[in-house]
Amino acid sequence: MTDATFSPARRQSALGKTALRWGLYIILALFAVYYLLPLFVMVTTSLKSLEEIRTGDLVALPREITFDAWRTAWSEACTGIQCEGVRPYFWNSVLIAVPGVVISTLLGAVNGYVIAQWRFKGANIIFALMLFGCFIPFQVVLLPMARLLGMMGIAGTIPGLIFVHVIYGIGFTTLFFRNYYVTIPQELVKAAKVDGATFLRIFWSIFLPLSLPIIVVSIIWQFTQIWNDFLFGVSFSQAGTQPVTVALNNIVNSTTGVKEYNVDMAAAIIAALPTLLVYVVAGKYFIRGLTAGSVKG
Amino acid sequence: MAPILDIRNLYKNYGSVEILKDINVAIEPGDFLVLVGPSGCGKSTLLNCIAGLEPISGGSIAIGGDDMTNVSPKDRDIAMVFQSYALYPTMSVAKNITFGMKVRGVDQATQDRKLADVARQLQIEPLLNRRPGQLSGGQRQRVAMGRALVRDPKLFLFDEPLSNLDAKLRVEMRTEIKSLHQNLGASMVYVTHDQIEAMTLATKIVVMKAGVIQQIGSPSEIYNRPANLFVADFMGSPAMNLIPAKARTNGGGTTIEIARREGEPIVLNDPRAKDLPADVIVGLRPEDIAEPGFRHGETVQQADCRVDIVEPAGADTYVMTHLGGKPVTARMHSETEAAAGNVHTFAFDLAKVSYFEPETGHRLN
Ligand SMILES: Nc1ncnc2c1ncn2[C@@H]1O[C@H](COP(=O)(O)OP(=O)(O)OP(=O)(O)O)[C@@H](O)[C@H]1O
Ligand SMILES: [Mg+2]
Repeated sequence: MTDATFSPARRQSALGKTALRWGLYIILALFAVYYLLPLFVMVTTSLKSLEEIRTGDLVALPREITFDAWRTAWSEACTGIQCEGVRPYFWNSVLIAVPGVVISTLLGAVNGYVIAQWRFKGANIIFALMLFGCFIPFQVVLLPMARLLGMMGIAGTIPGLIFVHVIYGIGFTTLFFRNYYVTIPQELVKAAKVDGATFLRIFWSIFLPLSLPIIVVSIIWQFTQIWNDFLFGVSFSQAGTQPVTVALNNIVNSTTGVKEYNVDMAAAIIAALPTLLVYVVAGKYFIRGLTAGSVKG
Repeated sequence: MAPILDIRNLYKNYGSVEILKDINVAIEPGDFLVLVGPSGCGKSTLLNCIAGLEPISGGSIAIGGDDMTNVSPKDRDIAMVFQSYALYPTMSVAKNITFGMKVRGVDQATQDRKLADVARQLQIEPLLNRRPGQLSGGQRQRVAMGRALVRDPKLFLFDEPLSNLDAKLRVEMRTEIKSLHQNLGASMVYVTHDQIEAMTLATKIVVMKAGVIQQIGSPSEIYNRPANLFVADFMGSPAMNLIPAKARTNGGGTTIEIARREGEPIVLNDPRAKDLPADVIVGLRPEDIAEPGFRHGETVQQADCRVDIVEPAGADTYVMTHLGGKPVTARMHSETEAAAGNVHTFAFDLAKVSYFEPETGHRLN
């Protein structure tokens, strides 16, 4: 009886639920398409010949797939007077990003450990100042940084660029590690102290092994920042040490005559690939690391 | 011999809050000091100060005759079991236990031998390759014990090491700790909430309240001669009966008058009590109020009281009545005829009676 009277209402609400769910999916799909459209255009354009781009439709699939544009972008495209493609600059970026990421992550880990677990006098003030560093716009530090690099004798070099990125990244990496380490009970340090371990030993044997999720967060963040950086790259480099973002700009802006859109697109994708790769490989840990603190707290 | 641990005038503040006030404790080598007190009274803080994990705000700490006030924890030659276990989460149980030895450069053979010994002692051999996250609370606690026991320090510090074990394991571990203490002759400072642990393990008990030491003494001193109302109430289960009464000196002794809910007050004679003020609080353990005929002697006197509640507890039965405006517990034989609502005859044995000043709570006899 009760079942009979209730079932129409229930069916109605179930129907409403399904409709809601489908509505949600459709909206999400629309957003996804909207987001992916530029990427789609980039990829398809890079696979078309110049001829087809000129005559065809922007969003149409390539009639004939050709990798010529990729080859040109990688090793032949002209960046100003040189015509070696993005290849040398790509390696410059690798040489800048890898040490930059490693050093800033390590320093951030040590800083975070000290600030979160050793609570020396003034730790909070130092942490606040480092946080402040995160909010200083790039442009503000350009001139002082140029002067500093000149004084240190590393202006226009790759170590100079690494130095700049490390300095700029420490604020963020320290924040990540500090917030992660404050969720670890202080008793761990106490127990290790009683066991006879030193400051560095405790860091190395107890805290670093615990830190994988936050290390991944720091790596992704720093890698994206450093790899995608343009301003520091264009300001503090010279011929031969420019990163790939600067090269990309030069390829796109310095061509005269016919714009080779397919080459531009291919170069842009090449320049973006490493960050994409880092996300795909480490993305799972990234989400986990970002929420680790809140789950544990 | 120099005391193994000598704490003088120790103060500890967190900011402007005084957590520990004028702590003075000394223990001899081989002593087993138990710290008891209500939650938040500063027991863990005191242990941390002894270990050097918290800086102290005043006073001094000496271990083994050497001043340790400003020495770092690793050089104090102590081992500690933490209330929260504090196991290293990424290391296996075996690595957790040997970490201290590894850090101190003990050779591998010795490490292996000691690990095996401790694992057997604590019954954690099957767990050695697990991570702490894969252990139950009790197992973790035993690993934490193991980490301390593999070392051979001057002083062991234990912060409620058995609080999470089941009753059976707890008794076993208690015996284990006791024999360990006797065999090694190790000196220990031990925090617990468990009265039985305190009484069975301690050679010396410190009762604390709000960062102030209330009494230091052997278990029997604490139990039989509590220094004040707080200690009397805190130690012992069921707690000591604290009965307001009137005292009157007469000839050789003192008469104690305790109001009953109905009828005349009970009048007890204590030939040994002297110079009591008119208002006192009489402290009698439940076992000192019993069945008539259970004890004999001139200090035993009988009185009839109405029974409120009867609580059988296995070997004994606790019988509640009302005296001096307070509920009073008597410990009777399990076959007692006392029944709720009836009048029953109680025998009061004043041999171990305590008298307290009602205002200050200090002991009077
Ligand atoms: N880091 C700190 N900062 C400020 N106050 C603290 C700090 N640590 C402990 N306290 C305070 O000091 C007092 C004593 O704490 P402690 O941990 O020593 O208590 P305890 O006797 O061990 O209690 P329990 O039996 O619950 O373990 C408590 O009131 C606590 O709030
Ligand atoms: Mg505690």
